Formats: sequence, structure tokens, C-alpha cells
Amino acid sequence: MLIDWFTVIAQLLNFLILVWLLKRFLYQPILQVMDEREKRITNRLQEAEAQKAEALKEKGHFQELNSNLEQQRETLLNQAKADANSERQRLLEEAREDHRLLRARLQETLDSEKANLSQGILRRFQEEVFEIARKVLADLADSSLEQQMAAVFARRLAELSDGEGKQLTAALQASSHPVTVRSTFTLSSEQQAAIKSALKKMLPPDGQVLFEATSATPANGQAQYGQADGIELTTNGYKMAWSITDYLGDLEQKAASILEAEPAQEQKSKNHGG
Amino acid sequence: MSLSTDDIILWEHGFIKLNATIAITWVLMLVMVIGSRLITRHLSSDVKISRWQNMLEAIVSGINQQIKEIGIQKPEKYISFIGTLFLFIAFAALCTVIPGYEPPTGSLSTTAALAISVFVAVPLFGIEEKGFWGYLKSYLEPTFIMLPFNVISEITRTLALAIRLFGNMMSGAMILSILLVISPFIFPVLMVLLGLLVGMVQAYIFGILATVFIAAATQAGRE
Repeated sequence: MLIDWFTVIAQLLNFLILVWLLKRFLYQPILQVMDEREKRITNRLQEAEAQKAEALKEKGHFQELNSNLEQQRETLLNQAKADANSERQRLLEEAREDHRLLRARLQETLDSEKANLSQGILRRFQEEVFEIARKVLADLADSSLEQQMAAVFARRLAELSDGEGKQLTAALQASSHPVTVRSTFTLSSEQQAAIKSALKKMLPPDGQVLFEATSATPANGQAQYGQADGIELTTNGYKMAWSITDYLGDLEQKAASILEAEPAQEQKSKNHGG
Repeated sequence: MSLSTDDIILWEHGFIKLNATIAITWVLMLVMVIGSRLITRHLSSDVKISRWQNMLEAIVSGINQQIKEIGIQKPEKYISFIGTLFLFIAFAALCTVIPGYEPPTGSLSTTAALAISVFVAVPLFGIEEKGFWGYLKSYLEPTFIMLPFNVISEITRTLALAIRLFGNMMSGAMILSILLVISPFIFPVLMVLLGLLVGMVQAYIFGILATVFIAAATQAGRE
């Protein structure tokens, strides 16, 4: 007999027990664990997806921030550049202004120095010219010139204007001392007579005329042209003289006034031009 | 030389007798249950798992996959029955590599017991799924004329299941015994390998057929 029914029943029971045991110890735990794992992985994937989405969002946000920062930086940089440029322009302008002022001042200084120099040169020149003139005249002062000088003096005395005449007359009348006529050369008797005759009308009746010849170089060493090369009449507070020096002095004064006027005019024209 | 392990009586008391088939089955059961228990005691649902757990998971998910491919929507419900059928037969065949071992599936009593359990389980699953009358109605499909044929097919397929497994397993052991007598070297080893392959294939066939029957009983007429 191939089939033993007791064994069949026993094996049937064995099999059912095995089914129950394996279900209890194998399938259930394994399936449960697999489900759990699957769930966990799904959760993780979802989480990862969510995190990815969030990361993308964050990334976008940061990119935006970044671009904003970049823009801001650009703006600031541009502004700084513009500021620096304007500052540079300002400084340059300032420097230019300073330069201009300095140059103007320098020019002014130079001009004034030049003017001073030229004035000095002119003055010196003028002095030299007059010195030479004076020297020439002194050298030329021979007898004929002396005669002429005496004649001119006499004529001037004779041809005094009314006011001057009266003044001189008053002075002569009031003086208790004799009238002194000084000259740089010795007057001849004719010349003395001519002067005396010219003074006769103005002198008091007992009036005396003293003639003095002084040396050309004065005792005190000062350049007193008045007595050097002319004739002088002094009385009580009144003085009348004729000399080459007087002419030269007049001329010198005129020349000096012209020289002084010239730089001022130049300055004026410059200012107008500037 | 005995034809069946049923004939090797270890202990006897009246009607009750403990033969080699039952004893070997117990040993196999013990090994399977203790092995499962040892491995599933420290299960981890994390991504990193032990090799043993990995092996069991591969087996269980493989069985699950096979059941699903047959057309059963909820394989978890039937995996205990179908999976145990497959694992028991496969483990019994696998142990043929142990010298002196006789597979309990080489006994017609064991294969008959397995076939009977399928014969009983199929209508039970069917009734659970479709209700009592709903299941009985499936015997009248497509027409009532088919009723006797359906009943006959139910019985014959159970018989076929039992005989097929028995024949294959028994023949393997038998051929091995005969060859051992004729040529004791090398050739029996090849036959052991062949027997192993045949055992695995039979386990697969038995499991698949049981699944098909269950699927037919539970899913037919649903679609």
C-alpha cells in the first residue's frame, strides 16, 4: 500500500502547523518590514522632493538676492565713480583756479617788479641825463654864458610882473640889511651896474646891493643847484633866482611826473584788457 | 530496500506510529521555523539590512511576485498557504544533497496530504471570496451540463498534483539508490544534481498549480 492514511493525516496536520508557524514567524514579519521600508522610502522620497522644491525656491530667492546685490553694487560703484569724477573735476578746477591766481599774482609781481625796474632804470637814466646836462652846462659856463645869465637876470628883474614887483619892493623896503646878489661866477662891473639899475626903482633910497661870488660846489657838499650855476637875490624873506638848475629841476620834475603816470596808465590798460 | 519512508517505523503504539516520513518532516519543519525565527527576530525596516534578512525578503517578495503574476490581486492573503507549499517542497528537495537523506515528499502519503490540503483550501478560499452560493455557482459555469465535468476535474487535478510530485520525488531517490548500486562513483553525484533541479521544478510547479486553482476559484467571473 503506497498510501498510509495515518501518515497522510499526520502530514496534513504537520503541513497546517507549518503554515501557521511560517505565517507567524516568516511571512508576516517580513512583509511588515518590507511595507515599512517601502513606506519609509516613499516618505523619504517625498521629503526629498519637498526639500528639493524648497531648495529650488531658496535658490531662486538667493539668486534674486544676489542679482539685487549685484545691481546695488553696480549702482553704488557707478555713483562712487561719478562722485570721484566730480570730485576730481572740482579738485582740478580748484587747482586750475589756484594756478590761475598764482599765475596772476606772479604776473602782477613780475609786472610790478618790471615796472619798478624800468622806473628805477628810468629814474637812474633821468638822473644820469641830468647829471650829464648839468656837467655839460657847468663845463660850458664860460664868460659869454655868464654874461648872458647876468643879462637875463637883469632883464627879468626889470620885467617882473606887477604882483611880483610889489612883493619884491615890499621885501626890499622892509629889509634893514643890504640886498645880497649871489652868483656862481664873479659879476663884472657892467653887469653889477645893470642889476643895480634894475633894482633901483624898488630899493629904498639908501639901499645897498652886495655882490657875492660863491664857488660852484657848496660848502656843505649837498647838491644845491641854485647856487651853482645861476644868480640869486635874497632879501628879507624874499628870494629870486635864475639858474640853469632851475630849468633842469623843472624838466626833471616833469619827466618824473610823466614816468610815474605811465606805469599807472599801463596798469589801467592791462586791467581793461584782462 | 524500501520503496517509501512510510515503511520505516521508528515507534509504534497501536494505531499511532511514528515513521521516517513524519520524523523527517518534523526535522524539516523545525529547521525552517527556527531559521525563520532567528532571522526575523532582528528585522530592520531601514535601508541597511542583514544578509539573512535580505535572503528571506528576496524569497518572500519573489513568491509574492509570482502569485501576483498569476492574477491574484492580494497575494499577502494567500502567501502563507502557497508559500509554505513551495518552501516545504523546495526545502525537502534541497536536502537531498545530504547523504542518507530521504525526502518526505517521496512518500505518496505526504504528497497526498499536500494535494488534499490544496483540494480543501481552494473551495474554502473561493467561498471566502465569493460566498458559499457564489462559489457553488462556479461549478455550473459556463452551463449546468458542465457540473459533472467540473467536479471530476476538481478531483482529478488533486490526484494529479499528488501523483506528479510523488512520482518525481520518489523516482529521484529511487534512481539514485539504483545507480549507487551499479556505479558508486561520480555518476550518482550528477544524478543528485539532476534530482535537485527536478525537485526545485516540482516545488515551483506544485506552488504555481495551487495558485492557479486558487486564482480560478477566487477571481473567475470577477472580471
